[in-house]
Parts: sequence; structure tokens; C-alpha cells
Amino acid sequence: MNLFYLLLGIPLLSSGILAFVGHARLAAGLNIIAGMLTFFAALGLSFEVFEKGTILLYGQSFFLDAFNVFLVSLTAFVSTTTAIFSYSYMLNEKEKSRVSPKSLRLYHAMFQMFIFCMLLALTTNNLGVLWIALELATLTTVLLVSLYRTPKAISAAWKYFILCGVGIALALLGTILIFSTSSEVLGHSNDALSWTLLYQNAERLSPNVMSLAFVFIMVGYGTKVGLVPMHTWLSDAHAEGPTPISAVLSGLLLNVALYALVRCKVLVDIATKQNMAGELMIGFGLLSLIIASLMLHRQYDIKRMFSFSSIEHMGIMTVAFGIGSSLANFAALLHMTVHSLVKSGIFFTVGHAVQEMGTQSMTKIRGLIHHQPGIGWGLILGTIAIAGFPPFAVFASEFMLIAAALQTYPWIVGLILPSLVIAFAGLFRHLQPMVFGVPPEECEVVRVNMLPVYIHLGLALVLGLAMPEFLADWYNYAAIVLHGGAQ
Amino acid sequence: MSSELLKQVMSTAAALFLLTSFAMLAQRHMKALLRWLAIQGGLLAVTSALVAFGAEFPELYVSAILALILKGILIPWVLWKIIIHLGVHREVEPLVNIFATLLIGAGLVLFSFYVSLPIAEQSVLLTSNIIAIGLACVLISMLIMITRSKAITMVVGYLAMENALFFMAVSATYGIPLVVEIGVAFDVLIAGLIFSLFFFQIRKTFDSLNLKDMEIKQ
Repeated sequence: MNLFYLLLGIPLLSSGILAFVGHARLAAGLNIIAGMLTFFAALGLSFEVFEKGTILLYGQSFFLDAFNVFLVSLTAFVSTTTAIFSYSYMLNEKEKSRVSPKSLRLYHAMFQMFIFCMLLALTTNNLGVLWIALELATLTTVLLVSLYRTPKAISAAWKYFILCGVGIALALLGTILIFSTSSEVLGHSNDALSWTLLYQNAERLSPNVMSLAFVFIMVGYGTKVGLVPMHTWLSDAHAEGPTPISAVLSGLLLNVALYALVRCKVLVDIATKQNMAGELMIGFGLLSLIIASLMLHRQYDIKRMFSFSSIEHMGIMTVAFGIGSSLANFAALLHMTVHSLVKSGIFFTVGHAVQEMGTQSMTKIRGLIHHQPGIGWGLILGTIAIAGFPPFAVFASEFMLIAAALQTYPWIVGLILPSLVIAFAGLFRHLQPMVFGVPPEECEVVRVNMLPVYIHLGLALVLGLAMPEFLADWYNYAAIVLHGGAQ
Repeated sequence: MSSELLKQVMSTAAALFLLTSFAMLAQRHMKALLRWLAIQGGLLAVTSALVAFGAEFPELYVSAILALILKGILIPWVLWKIIIHLGVHREVEPLVNIFATLLIGAGLVLFSFYVSLPIAEQSVLLTSNIIAIGLACVLISMLIMITRSKAITMVVGYLAMENALFFMAVSATYGIPLVVEIGVAFDVLIAGLIFSLFFFQIRKTFDSLNLKDMEIKQ
């Protein structure tokens, strides 16, 4: 109970404090400490959930179950390692005077605020508050995307703001529709939006209204997940913002948006007693997977390329959740975890590589492995992991997805497998010269901290080789909860 | 107020709301556009107050007051000040001509009614008309955003969309829970602040608020 105070309190409080800390090193250090404390609180809570099962806090306001508790820990963990990476990255940027002290203050404050929003979105039991937290998460990151104040950055941030603003407004419309039917069942109060109660009473909700609501929620939260065709903000925002922000956007925010979508999907499944919601998700997911894997080939900017890879993987997860069998849900949850770890690790490496070469253009980044081997190896291993090579857990989750698809919708395997191959080719054709080419003369040696990258990749490896039992139990339990309504 | 009377009042309010949406769609002048936005906010406040009175949901008075202050007065006024300050208060430049836009708008209304047909017989509380009109207003606001080229008109469209959502919440469900309502209002307020920040950034960087100038060659 007290740990829960800490979990939400630390990021909120430190966001307030960091807004006034002008000293760059001190602020970056405080950012790391705040991240670590939040992470410990999250670990403690995970332990509680492990011992007691689902916990409800403050009546019905907040809850932790197997589905969100691992996402809470993951969010806290990746935000901590991102803070560690951001320490060296932001100091480098400051030395090159790409950021002013004032925007650095904004950056640190908003970073913690962003973490707070995501944790709030994950732990709240109220679909309305979930919406509010997700919208607030957009608002906090908009200013970070435009941090460098370049024309491209401002135009990217504007696009991000408008598209996600409109998208998420549609999700609010969906939430209102859910409320319109649930308030007849559960009474006109907060209860009618609380997920645990909705889950118990979902059979009594009107199937027609829930189907209509889900269409809006799908498009709304789908915009934030970065599903094609609402994905256009994602690549711009990732490419133009500071790299630590790209890492948390890709690694965490997309997950949280997908989490929101899946929570609603379960309710719709039970209410409609069909897999209509799931099929909609499969459609969007497949489209994202196919388009993104093709787009990978046509990229010139390294961060933009990896953002398309994020779209591809979000597509995979959406398909898996859409299939909705226990095995597919398990695959999706595992994929969610590993994708966060690996993709944020890749963005850390890319951030260093870009600082080293002084450009984001892939035609100018050459010979990373010769110049600073740590960065080169990090990029190779990260790309191998994300492309789904065996020892890493991405392979395991994609394998499970295909197994699950064969049992339910066999024809989609014919689309998934070629897309994975195309994506693989797209990544490696760009990667090879960047890592093994001849390094240009004007590149510089930068302050590098590869520790977070190797921790992330190590975890992805462990998950692929020997998944801890408690995690597998959680995934299993969550997979069954989510399977609840699907036929 | 009897529930039958309340339903009729709601239907009238919904019709008026749709009218304001179309009025905004047809506007050529920035000043008139903002005036209609303010009227729409006011209408939202009046509707909330009526529901609060008619259905005896006193907490809706709070949202009525919030709507009146924020959406009816503060936001349109601040936008107007910004527009004057940036000197962009002349004509709105539509990308598609107004007549065609209005036709598309009418099509959207038909579409919304079609989509919400299955809900019609389900509910005791809400009439499908109100859902349909709310949906139509949301879609028309999106149309406003799509067919105008200035950053400010885009924001007006965004705010009109929020208004439409709130209207739907009030008329179709007698208001979402107060916590959520206040949270959403807070989000919209912050969004408004960030929008105005952006106007200045965009203006400074691109020397124009026309979104056509913001497209960057990759």
C-alpha cells in the first residue's frame, strides 16, 4: 500500500523538483536516482502481487494484476536505464550546445512527468482516468520532441500533437459510449468506468454499443500505438526528438497505449461474444506489419528506420492480442517485454552512434565497429535481437505467435512470415555498411555508456533461454484473463 | 422536469449544436469562427445546466460552470488575443471550397445516423439521435481540421471536437463522472497552453502560420 504511494509519488515529486534544478549534472543524477527509487517501489509491488494475487487499492480506484504489474516494473526499469543513458547523452548534447540550460530543465521535469503518466495509466482501474493519463503522456512528450527547436523538430512535434490529439479524442468518444451502456448496468458513477467491475458485468453490456465503441477506441488508441495508417506521427517524432525520448516513446508509451486497447478489447469480447474486436486488431496489426517492413527498405535516417521497426513490432503484438487465444496472448506479452528492452537498447546505441558521427543519415554513418567497437557491437547485437534471431526472446515470442496463428487463423501466417523476412532484410541491408564500412575522418570519440544496452540485451537473452518461472506464471495468468471472453 | 420534456429539450439542444458545427464549417472569417466556437461552448454549458436541473445530477452544475468559463469565454478569448498579436486575423483559407465542404459535412451527418441505427432500440436513457448528432459533430470538426490550412483553424477544429465529445457525454449519458470530467478539462486546458506556445514557435521558425510552409522536404 505504502509502496504504491511511492510508485506514483516519486516521479511526480521529482518532476516538480527537477523543474528547478539548473545544474546539468545534478539534475541528470537526480533523474537516475528518482528512476531507481521508482523501480524499487515497482519491484516491491510486483512481489506483493506475486504473493497475494490481484490487489485493489483505495476502494476500486487502482489495481494491480498479473497483466499490469509486469508492465509497471518494465516501465520503471526502462525509464531508469534510459535516465542512465540520458546522463551521458544529454551532457554531450549540452557541450555541443544543442540544448540550452532552460530546455534541459524542461527535459528532466517532463521526463519524470511522463513516467508518472504512464504509471498512472497502467495502475488506474478507471477507463476515464486511463484516457486522461494517456493524453497527458502525449502532452508531456510534445514539448520534448520539439526540444531542439529546429524547423523539422517543431513540425514533427506539431504533427505528433495534432494526430495523437485527434486520435485520442476518438478514444474518449469510445469511452463515453462504453459509459453510456455501462451506466445503465452499474449506475451513474465511477463504478461504471472501473475495469474490474466492467469485467465482471461485461455480459450485461449492450453488444451493439460496445462494438461501435470499440471501433473508436481501436482508431483512437491505435493512433498512439502507431498502427498503420495512423502511424505517420511516429517516425517523425522518433527521428527529431532527443534519443532518450525516442527510446521511452518506442519502448514504453506504445506499450501503454496497446495495454489500454487490450483492456477495452477484453470487455468488448465478453459483451459481444464474438471475436469482432480481435479481427479488427488482426487487420490493423497485419497492415502495420506489412507496410512497416516494406518501409524499412526506404529509409535514410537511422532513427526513422528503427521507428518503423517499432511499428512493425507493434503490428505483431496487435495481431497476437487480436488472435486472443491463451498462447497468442502469452506470445504478445512476452513480445511486449522483449521489444521494450531491445528497442530501447537499440535507441541508446543509435544515440551514441549519431553523436559520434554527427549525423542521423545512414549514408554517412560508416564503420562504427572500427571507430568505437562498443557502439558497433551494441548495434549489431541489438539488430540481431530485434530481427528475431534464435537465442533472443523475440524469436521465442514470434515462434509462439506463429504456432497460435496456425491453430486459429492459419492464412495470416502466409503474411506474417514474408513480412518478417522482408523486415529482416531491410534492417540488415542498412546495418552492414554502417557497422563494417570505412569510418569517415571527421567523426569524434564521445562519452559512451554501453552498460544499459548490455543489461537490456542480456535480459532479452535470459528471457529467450530460460524464462523465470514467476514471470511465466504471470504471463499465463494474464493470458487467461485476457482470453476470458474470446471464443 | 419530466423525462419526456427533458428528452425534447435535449433533442433541440442537439439540433442547435449541429447547427453551430455547420456554421463553423461555413465560416470564412477568423473572427466569426471564434465567435461560433464561443457560442458552441456556451451552448454546451446551457445544456449541462439543463440536464443537471432536469435529471437532478447536481454535479453537472460544476461541469456547466467549467464549460462556460473555459470553453465559452477563456479559450476563445485567448485565441483571439493570440491571433491579433500574431496579425493573422484575416480570412481563413479553405483548401477545399466551402460549398463542397458543406456537402461533405451533410454526407457525414447521414453516415453518422446510419452508423448509430443499431443503438436505437437498445437504450432507455439515450436516443440514438443524440448519439448520431454527437458523432456527426465530431466528424465535422475533423473536417474543419482537414480542410483549413492555418495552424489556428486546426486548433479551432480540435477544440470544436472536444466540445462535441463533451456534448455527447452530457446529453447521451448525463455526464461522465466528475473526476474524469475535471481530468479531461485539465488536459484540454494544458493542450490549449501548449498550442499557444506552438503558435509562437512555429511563427518564429517558419515565419508563417500556414501549414503549407511547414512541410519539409525529406
